[in-house]
Parts: sequence; C-alpha cells; structure tokens
Amino acid sequence: MNDYLKHLAQEAALGRMGRREFLGRAAALGVAALGANTLLATAAKAAGPQKGGTIRIGIQGGSSADSLDPALAANATATSVSRLWGEPLVELDPMGGIWHRLAESYDASADARVWTFKIRQGVTFSNGKELTAEDVLATMERHSGEESKSGALGIMRGIKSMRAEGSDFIIELDEPNADLPYLLTDYHLLIQPGGGKDDPAAGIGTGPYILKSVEPGVRFVAEKNPNYWDDSLGHADTIEFIVINDDTARVAALQSGQVHMINRVPPRTARLVDRAPTIDVRETAGPGHYVFIAHCDKDPFANNDVRIALKYGINRQEMVDKILNGYGSIGNDTPINSSYPLFTELEQRTYDPDKAKFHMQKSGYDGSILLRTSDNSFPGAPDAAALFQQSLSAAGINLEIKREPNDGYWSEVWNKQPFCTSYWGGRPTQDSMFSTAYLSTADWNDTRFNNEQFDQLLYAARAELDEAKRTQMYADMSTMVRDEGGLVCPMFNSFIDGVSTEVDGWVDAKTGFELNNFYAPMKMWVKA
Amino acid sequence: MNPVLKLLAQRIALSLFLLLMISALIFAGTMILPGDVAQSILGQSATPEALANLRADLGLNDPPLTRYFEWLFGALQGDLGTALTSGQDITSAIGSRLSNTLFLAFWAAIIAVPLAIFLGLLAVRYKDRWPDKLISGVTLASISIPEFLIGYVLMYLIAVKLRWFPSVAMINDSMSLWQKLNSIALPVAVLTLVVLAHMMRMTRAAILNVMQSAYIETAELKGLSTFKVIWRHAFPNSVAPIVNVVMLNLAYLVVGVVVIEVVFVYPGMGQYLVDHVSKRDVPVVQACGLIFAAVYIGLNMVADIVSILSNPRLRHPK
Repeated sequence: MNDYLKHLAQEAALGRMGRREFLGRAAALGVAALGANTLLATAAKAAGPQKGGTIRIGIQGGSSADSLDPALAANATATSVSRLWGEPLVELDPMGGIWHRLAESYDASADARVWTFKIRQGVTFSNGKELTAEDVLATMERHSGEESKSGALGIMRGIKSMRAEGSDFIIELDEPNADLPYLLTDYHLLIQPGGGKDDPAAGIGTGPYILKSVEPGVRFVAEKNPNYWDDSLGHADTIEFIVINDDTARVAALQSGQVHMINRVPPRTARLVDRAPTIDVRETAGPGHYVFIAHCDKDPFANNDVRIALKYGINRQEMVDKILNGYGSIGNDTPINSSYPLFTELEQRTYDPDKAKFHMQKSGYDGSILLRTSDNSFPGAPDAAALFQQSLSAAGINLEIKREPNDGYWSEVWNKQPFCTSYWGGRPTQDSMFSTAYLSTADWNDTRFNNEQFDQLLYAARAELDEAKRTQMYADMSTMVRDEGGLVCPMFNSFIDGVSTEVDGWVDAKTGFELNNFYAPMKMWVKA
Repeated sequence: MNPVLKLLAQRIALSLFLLLMISALIFAGTMILPGDVAQSILGQSATPEALANLRADLGLNDPPLTRYFEWLFGALQGDLGTALTSGQDITSAIGSRLSNTLFLAFWAAIIAVPLAIFLGLLAVRYKDRWPDKLISGVTLASISIPEFLIGYVLMYLIAVKLRWFPSVAMINDSMSLWQKLNSIALPVAVLTLVVLAHMMRMTRAAILNVMQSAYIETAELKGLSTFKVIWRHAFPNSVAPIVNVVMLNLAYLVVGVVVIEVVFVYPGMGQYLVDHVSKRDVPVVQACGLIFAAVYIGLNMVADIVSILSNPRLRHPK
C-alpha cells in the first residue's frame, strides 16, 4: 500500500492527478488528510523546484502611505515585501523551532545572559557591500536607539549591551532570557548595510530578490538576486505583489488567473473558492486570536466574579462556526494555544449560562455591561458581539453594544475603554506573548492584569533552562490568566490563503503568519 | 475691453478666490480630525517612546496657523510637502496618481458623453415610443444599482467566467496604450453605466423643453426631417443645461470614483486619498482636497463660460 500511495503522490506532484483527487484516494486507503498532505509536499519537492517565470501575489493589507523602512512595517504588504529584499538573523521555522538565516549558528552562556551569534560569511548586500557583524550591530542599534520609531523597540529594551567581534555579534542581557532567538525573529529586524541608518527606506539588503519597481499601496516588482547565497529560496525570476484590499476583487483576481496566490480569503466564501479546480485554499492554524478584553481594575470588571461570569457566558463553538466559518479553533481564555512551543492543554471552559448567572449574582452587580466594538477590531466583530449578547442574555446578563467608528479605534478605544473587542496576532513564544500583554508593567497590558505572582513566574521562567520546569511554569501562568485575567478569548483564527494550481511547492506550517510566514512566494515555483 | 474677455477674467478671479477660501476650510477641517498621525502610523504596535519620537519628528507640535501659511506658500510654488507616513514627495506621488485618474476619466468621458447625448437625441426623436422607454429604462436601472455591485457583476461575468478583460485594472508606464486600454476596460464600462443616465435624461429634458418653441414649429413646417430639427435647431439652444450636467459628471469621474478604484484595484487619486485619511497623513489629505476642489471649480467655471457663450443674449448684453 505504501508504494502505491507514494506512486499516487508522485502522480499528483507531477500534475497528472488533482490534489483533491489524491487526497480522496489517500483517504480511501485510510490515510488522514494531514499525513497525505505531507506526503504530497514531499513528493512535490522530489519532483523538484523549477526555476524561472513570474509569481504574482494579490495581497491584502497595503496602503499608499507605506514606507519601505522595515522598522515601520505594520501590515502584510510591508512585511512580505521586506522579506524579498532583506533577511533577519534568525527566522521562525514553519514547523516550530528556529530557521537560521544570516546567523549561521548561535550559542548562549550557561545562564542565558550572553548570546553569541555567528554571522554568515561571504554574503553580500544588493549594493555590493559585504555583510559584516558591524552591519548587524548597527541594525540592532537603530531599532533600539532612544529615538527609534521601530515597532521592535519593545523587545530590544532588555538588552544591556551589544558588540561585534570579528564575525560574531554578541548580545548581553539585563536579565537572562532563554527565548532570545525567538524574539529576534521579529519581522522588523532585517539586517541593512550600516544598519540602514543613512537611508532606512532604501530597500537594500541580502535577500533573494532585488526591488525593481516600488509603488506603495499599488504594486511591487522584484527580480531574482543573482548572488543570493541560499539555493532553496527564490525559484521564480520575478515576483510581483499587487495590493488588492477589496476581498471580492482579490478572490476574483485569483479566480481569473491574474494572480497565483492571495492572502486572507474571507472565511465566508473560502469553501466556495476551494471548489474551483484550479484553486487550493490552504488553512494554517496560528497563534492569532480574536478577543473581548475587560480591564481588571475598572468597575464592574474589577470584581473577578463578573469576569468569570462573562467567560462562562460565551459560546465558543458557536463563534468558531459562525464568525470563522470553521476556519479556526476554540479558545480557553488564555492567549496560548498549541502553536506555542511549550504548550500544555488546560481544562476547557465551556458555555454554561447557569454558572454565568451564579457568578454574576455572587458579584452583586446587576446593571448592564457596555461592550465597545468596531468592524476593524477583527473581521466580524460586531456580529460576534451580537452572538455574545444573545448567549449572555440566556444567563440573564444584559450586554449593551456600542458600535465605534473604525477610524481611531486603536487610539481612542483599544487599551483605553474598559471593555472592547480586539485581536492579537500572537507571538512566537509564551514569554514574548505574556511580556507584551500580561506583565503588569507592559505598555499593552490591555486587560490591566496586575498579578505579582504572575510577574515573578514570568521572570523566573526566562532564566529556567530546564524545559520540563519551564513548561509547568507556563501552564501555571496560563491558568492564572484563564481564571483571574480580563481576557475573554472565544477563538483562535486560522490564516486562509488561496493558491493557484499553476504554482507548486506549498509547505504546511504550524506557526508564523499568513502565506507560510510570508515566505510562500519565495518557496514556491511556477510549474513548467 | 472685449466683454467676453472681461467676463472670462472675472470668472477666473472669482474661482481663484473660491479656491483660497476652500484651502482654509480644508486646513481647518483636517485640524479637527480626531486621532493622531503618529499613533496611526505605528498602529497597535506603538510604544509611548516610539510615539513621542515620531510626533516630534513630524513637527506635530508647531502651532496650526504657522503650518497653514507654510503649507499655502509651498502649495503656490507647486511644493505640496512630503507625506508624513512614507516620507515621499507628495507632488511627484500625486502626479502619477492624478494622471492615472485623468486617464480613466478621459476614456470614460470619451465614451459616456457622446453616447449619452446621442441616446438623449434618440429618445427625443422617438419620444414616448419604445426606443425612448427602453433607453430610459436601461439607463435609470444602471444608475440605480450601486456602482460596486455593477463592478462585481461585470467582474464575475467578463473577467472570471469569460476571461475577456482583466479584473485587476493595473496600469504602469511599461505598458503600451493598447494594453492600458485593455486593462481599464471594465472600470470604464462601469463608469459609463453610472454616469450615462444623468446626462442622457438632462439632454432629453432640455431638448424637449426647446421643442415646444414656435421656431421649432417653423422648422417643421419648412419640411425638415425630425432629426435635423432636433440636431440643428433644438440642440444648440439647449447646450447650456447639457454642458452643466456634463461638467458635473466629468468632475465626478475625477473626484468621486474611489469605490471603482478599490473594486478594480486602480491606482488613482481616490484610493490614495482614502489611504492617507485613515493614516491621518494630513499634508496628503490637504493636497488631495486642494486638487479635487480645483478640478470641481475649474470644470464648473468652464460650464458657466460655455453656457454664457452659447447664449447670444448673455454674449451681447445691452
């Protein structure tokens, strides 16, 4: 049977059989879809990447106000395009762990306080200059300087000193941190010549492609960098990004064959789009989640019973079915799910109107609760708020919904008002997720979670190199957030990408962002 | 002085004054927008330090009046400043966007205006008979359906099913004129459908109005054919209202097509403006506002002048 399956996979990889047909036959042989998909990917790789051609991507999330400066990248387009021309030291491996890019290897001191990154030699920037540890140092300085506008400034703060020695780049930390390499996978931290201090938006780096045409919010064209050091990346001669923010237009562009792949297929129509024989819809589970956040220090949410009542009063499965159309998984009131490296499954909280009612009565609060929401807080947020209102009313709790304008939601409502809808993209490790949003001193502690024991555990876990102990610590912290925090997390959303069958080489991923953590255009190739 | 020249000078001076007033309004309007440009640029991932640094860098701490006059003098010299968000020079960025918008508007107008006037004449010729009712019915239906829906329907039928024209109307300098026209075929079709009814109905109404006059009866009694009566005798006397409505629609084609631009991913001014409004990029918003106002005022001025020149009574006042 095994040989037969392999034969089928080969046929499918060579394009003699459709992917769906293959999955169907594999299922008939009793092979689960995931296993069959992996087999198919392996066979496709064996068939080999083909060089040449143009890959076109229709991408959502770009604006004509975008800059090429990676420090200011804040949307899918800016992040994808910067991955064409630039590279970080280390990157997230799609199946978990670290993928070495410009850092050939790294080492930590025994107390995880001093980290040494060995910089790859013989790599040149697209302006001809050779990459040195000095460039790495300058880049990190630019992102951590006092005047920095970098989105990565927050994670650079724990650094005590940095220096370059020969081909080594050395970081010394204030506090031990076993997760430092994961932090350095932050998408802003692309190495630029001289750190990009003179011209941060020049678009010059060591990446597999060189930008040829830049029209922010419209179109980006890049051609293969002939001197690129890694053969496994960058198969097409030309990559073209077309910014298509309108959902219907983006799907139509894929259906009409104008582009080879698109990100963010709307969940509502994803199954319909997948029916077309020339299109595969790919779902990637990730750490991103859609949330209702209550400030733990403001009435009525200051009373933990009110928060518990809200957590029992939400129907998680219904949200996944109706808001995500099944493209996602249920949450458990903690930001951590199985895409994190040291994950422990906690007991699942389920919808229980009786318990919600009990806790609400216990709290002594009998007024209504005001929830603020907007269309851009997450896709379908107003609908999710209405579902929450219904499920709470079964527990006798009155939820009032206030619709806020998209404009200014992130500056006027989120992190300011006591109860609102929002989303988190997630982080590569528990440590960075908790330090970003649950540490009592964090800037974005958007639930005003203030727990001394939690903070102490967070610091202790950073210095703990024993994996079993660390896993237990993170499980304890998740439990604290789940039982005492202001986070009501009904669902984790998957990334949904659409890929044409004219391109091949899709890699399944457990972690990272959409389009295979933005690397799909470079990992895939045009079928001959 | 020639009264026509005097009239032109008056109109132009008045328009410029109006534009100056509008510039003040635009500036005041952008001042009272809620939110903060630094927060919008950095989005959810902003830290307080990064925000403060960016704010100082962007000059958001200067008094508004100083900024208004600096901006106005710059704009008079053709310098619209630099975009706060991307650091690009606004004049050059707008230049290419504006030429794209004008390109689309031009081709839509080339098709829509003659077609609307011709259909209007046809409707008058066959007044209250089936061609008139058919033309009115179809054009009124197309103006009543929201433009994005027409766009989606055409996209589905023509781009996805038949694959005649692309759904993404992307144009760039390396394309030949023919490729560009192929690329914008769908948005031009939608825009034509959207503006047709208004101009057609106005042409029909204006000519029918004139058709009641005694001199039309004279022309008919001379034995001229109906179409010749309409074209030679009725049409010239109904030019004023027609030009007015044509100019309004041309202005719409330049400043009001953001929905079509979004649906067909066309890199025009509307999308550029909306992107920057949501990012609180005030200099760009002001520049776009000024250009849009200038287009509106300019086209209305042309309409005024044409209607005056087309009327002998206004052309030779006693």
